[in-house]
Amino acid sequence: MNRALPDGLPVPAQDGLAKPYWDGTRQGKLVIQKCRDCGKYQWGPEWICHRCHSFDLAWEEVAPRGRIWSWQRPHHPVHPALNGHTPYTIVLVELPDADNVRMVGNLLCTPDTPVTIGAAVEAIFEPHDEAEPPYTLVQWRVREE
Amino acid sequence: MTERTLRGKVAIAGIGETVYYKHGQSPDAEFKLALQAILAACRDAGIDPRDVDGFASYGDDRSDGPRLAAALGIRELRFSNMHWGGGGGGVAAAVANAGAAVQSGMANCVIAFRSLAQGQFARYGRSRTGAAAMGDDAFLAPYGLMSPAQRFAMKITRFMTGNGIRHEALRAIAMASYHHAQNNPNAVMRGRPLTEEKYDSARWIIEPFHRLFDCCQENDGAGAVLVVPAERAKDLPQKPVYLLGAAQGGHHRSAAPVHNAPDYASAHFKTVARNMWAMAKLGPKDCDVVQAYENFTGGVLLSLVEHGFIDPKTANEQLVLENLLAPGGKMPMNTSGGNLAECYMHGLEMVNEAVRQLRGTAINQVAGANVVAVLGGPMVTPVSSLVVGTEAAL
Repeated sequence: MNRALPDGLPVPAQDGLAKPYWDGTRQGKLVIQKCRDCGKYQWGPEWICHRCHSFDLAWEEVAPRGRIWSWQRPHHPVHPALNGHTPYTIVLVELPDADNVRMVGNLLCTPDTPVTIGAAVEAIFEPHDEAEPPYTLVQWRVREE
Repeated sequence: MTERTLRGKVAIAGIGETVYYKHGQSPDAEFKLALQAILAACRDAGIDPRDVDGFASYGDDRSDGPRLAAALGIRELRFSNMHWGGGGGGVAAAVANAGAAVQSGMANCVIAFRSLAQGQFARYGRSRTGAAAMGDDAFLAPYGLMSPAQRFAMKITRFMTGNGIRHEALRAIAMASYHHAQNNPNAVMRGRPLTEEKYDSARWIIEPFHRLFDCCQENDGAGAVLVVPAERAKDLPQKPVYLLGAAQGGHHRSAAPVHNAPDYASAHFKTVARNMWAMAKLGPKDCDVVQAYENFTGGVLLSLVEHGFIDPKTANEQLVLENLLAPGGKMPMNTSGGNLAECYMHGLEMVNEAVRQLRGTAINQVAGANVVAVLGGPMVTPVSSLVVGTEAAL
């Protein structure tokens, strides 16, 4: 599968608080924090539930789909690995099935594709198996409704 | 009960700045630039630098207070303060923290300052390479989201798209700064005027709203102001410039991780502006001049809206060049050239310009200016802003 961006960009640290998320992506699952006390989702990961202050946070699989909340298309290469590989598209995706938390990823599209706020998208898992340690990014693709 | 306020209690008695340079061009080290600006502010105020007893800064300034105190032979250090948050979100907070120290009796004579030499140290617009991305960055950097412009761009996309605000509104903001810089001998962009054609044909940094001239420079230099009790300022050589209102912070969960702030398409000033105006007992209509920190022009738009200067419904009509120019515009803005065209001194240069406008000594002077607002760096968190005025505004 073609990847959204070239090799050589920073790789995600997969330890500590966020480890269950990264373990989930390796299995093709979107797994995020859910409070065992008040039952609400939150993202990004934190030690405490910001609503009820419970420390009892579980990790739960959510539907890998959402809506575009906002977007940008960078042209200026902010990292040497991006030289000659711009523009590309970044989206902020709202997850209606998970209390409307938002996630950042790349939109898989050509650089001249119009982007519409509110458009339905689905997650595409992008494995980087050759990395040490391996990791999987979560990218997004417009979903036909 | 005594009202808890800084309104009219403290004043800026001196301002100082270095020569401003393009990034990497300063012949002097960052710490030396800080010393130069501080000495200039003391000279302007007619105060012996050894009588300074406090330092307040922001943006992780590397020129720390204790080292400054030692280098300058300060007799006694009583206040040493760093405001959390990167960039210029803390510019007004640093001045206000200095003011709070003075008003509370913790110190008597406090310098608020910023020093930057990006040749000596790293630049902002380029990411570091190598290490794995930690914390929030783990969910951003692998997707090519690393620079300040990128951290803010999606706020601007959503706000402008949702409110039907055109890119031309941002062009007016950029052109006002460049216009004012042309008269300013210390402006880095003097001699490089910006036309509509030049703006429109500049390369994209980020679609859909960041062309080259929507983005601030990166610069070397330093700026400083000296804050003293209001009563003392009256006995010093310069016309006192009183702090009328100041606030810092951010609205509910504005720092929520991975772009999850509930009120996302915001400069984070909604509560801060309310608190600042309440302390000042003033509103946007009372201001003769506004200095609005430009990291990116879209942030200026959000900042102006949240401070009540601009109505999103009429932003396209309000944000036209003639309205923003000194001396005759309806809302003269960034009258020394701002971050875009004078110098990106993280807004400290805007505090200095506010003081000059109120003293009546600005290069692009607005006649009879009595109240000036300084809106600090938008879209970061915490943010801060302040409003200053002459004795007539008290």
